[in-house]
Amino acid sequence: MTMIPAESYRGRLERALRSGRPVVTCEIGSPDGTDPADVRKRAKLVRDYVDAVNVPDNTGGVVHAAPIAACAILAQEGIDPILHMTCRDRNRMALQSDMLAANLFGIRNILCLTGDHMIHGDQPQTKPVYDIDSIALIDVANHLTTTGTYLSGRAIKPPPDLFPGCAAAPFAPPYEYRPVRLGKKVQAGARFVQTQIVFNVDRFREFMGRVHDLGIDKKVPILAGVAPIRSVKAATFMRDEVPGMEVPDRLVRRMEAAGDDKKKREAEGIAICVEIIEEIRKIPGIAGFHIMPIAWESAVAKISRDAHLQPATAAPRPPPEAPVPAPIAVPVSAASVSPVRGT
Amino acid sequence: MDSREHVPAMLEPFGRVLRKHPRVNEQLNRAMAPFENSAKVLLFSCNMCGQCLLHENGYTCPMNCPKQLRNGPCGGVRMNGHCEVRPEMECVWLKAERRSRYLPGRYLFVRLHAPLDWRRKGSSAILNAVAGFPGDVKANEKE
Repeated sequence: MTMIPAESYRGRLERALRSGRPVVTCEIGSPDGTDPADVRKRAKLVRDYVDAVNVPDNTGGVVHAAPIAACAILAQEGIDPILHMTCRDRNRMALQSDMLAANLFGIRNILCLTGDHMIHGDQPQTKPVYDIDSIALIDVANHLTTTGTYLSGRAIKPPPDLFPGCAAAPFAPPYEYRPVRLGKKVQAGARFVQTQIVFNVDRFREFMGRVHDLGIDKKVPILAGVAPIRSVKAATFMRDEVPGMEVPDRLVRRMEAAGDDKKKREAEGIAICVEIIEEIRKIPGIAGFHIMPIAWESAVAKISRDAHLQPATAAPRPPPEAPVPAPIAVPVSAASVSPVRGT
Repeated sequence: MDSREHVPAMLEPFGRVLRKHPRVNEQLNRAMAPFENSAKVLLFSCNMCGQCLLHENGYTCPMNCPKQLRNGPCGGVRMNGHCEVRPEMECVWLKAERRSRYLPGRYLFVRLHAPLDWRRKGSSAILNAVAGFPGDVKANEKE
């Protein structure tokens, strides 16, 4: 195993977000087996096109290998990993210890999520944990980093260096409340935001307008989620079966018109994705894109070529003012252990 | 904020007694919890977490959420406003958001909430609020 100096990848996402240039991240499928070469193969397909790579945590409630292992492999490969951490399977003790474990492996970016419920997965009889919610999880990550102590107040030696991020769901009701909830996440200490996949650009524009009014896009960089549609089946599945995702019928009809030919429909899916990227670019307050190819990693290269996306850390440029917020000095959990804090 | 923010000042001496004598607190709790909780279960399908947020959430218990979220809805709310886990049930947070509009606690709806203290599960939320939660930094400072 060759070791890559940690300076080369560690903090690359933060540097990219601070550079002020559009940032590109993408997601790779978590390994569905025990072959490390599989992770490396997926990583190789995307590494030149992105600043950081997400690995999801048992998406859709279906068991995969823990993302921490895949992220550790990515770090070995010199890629800055973003670890998805969900509250579904672990209580606050396990989450804290996994955050430290991630840091030991050179992983510092943590995407804090509530987690898909196991009812949608293949083992719905499992006991849900949900000890804390995603906002509290952001606060935990921020607490560990800024105070250098566990939630109990016991010192961590040396303290971890975490870069917590959060998700945003503009396409789930109550629409008018979603920007406020994003504000709560930023207040808790989220330092970057990756949104749910945008197919309905009009709704997203409305959401971003409200986010802009609240001044959230000034406080934290927001990466718009985009994804290529691979087939009519994938489109209708996302439309009907995945709550919180909105696929307009217009796009489903376009996929139907592209026909059954694999090459043709895949080209159409990528074309739609590129068009959406072009439209999102016109919306103020977007710091970059997060590509979710859903087990189709080879599409990332095509999308970034067609949409002229390039990683922000590709070439050094003079840094403008930083949009990345500094860690919150006194996290909610440290300021008071009482159940609530005033806004 | 303090867990006792909404507790009238005249109850403060009582709160001090409760904090000073944990046994009194426990006995009172044992007497009071069943009545308080059964009333809240009947009226608001309360889940007896012991750290009540009903007044902030339009008298909708957030612990009825299958993910037990206390900081607002997850990203899985269906287009019709129903829960992703239990499709027949309206999202607890949608209901809370709607109902809180008509109630004085509305301004509290956007607050950040620390995770639940599971030791308080099943105890009287009213006594807990008067006494201050254990580990409540501010409550202890005032002593």
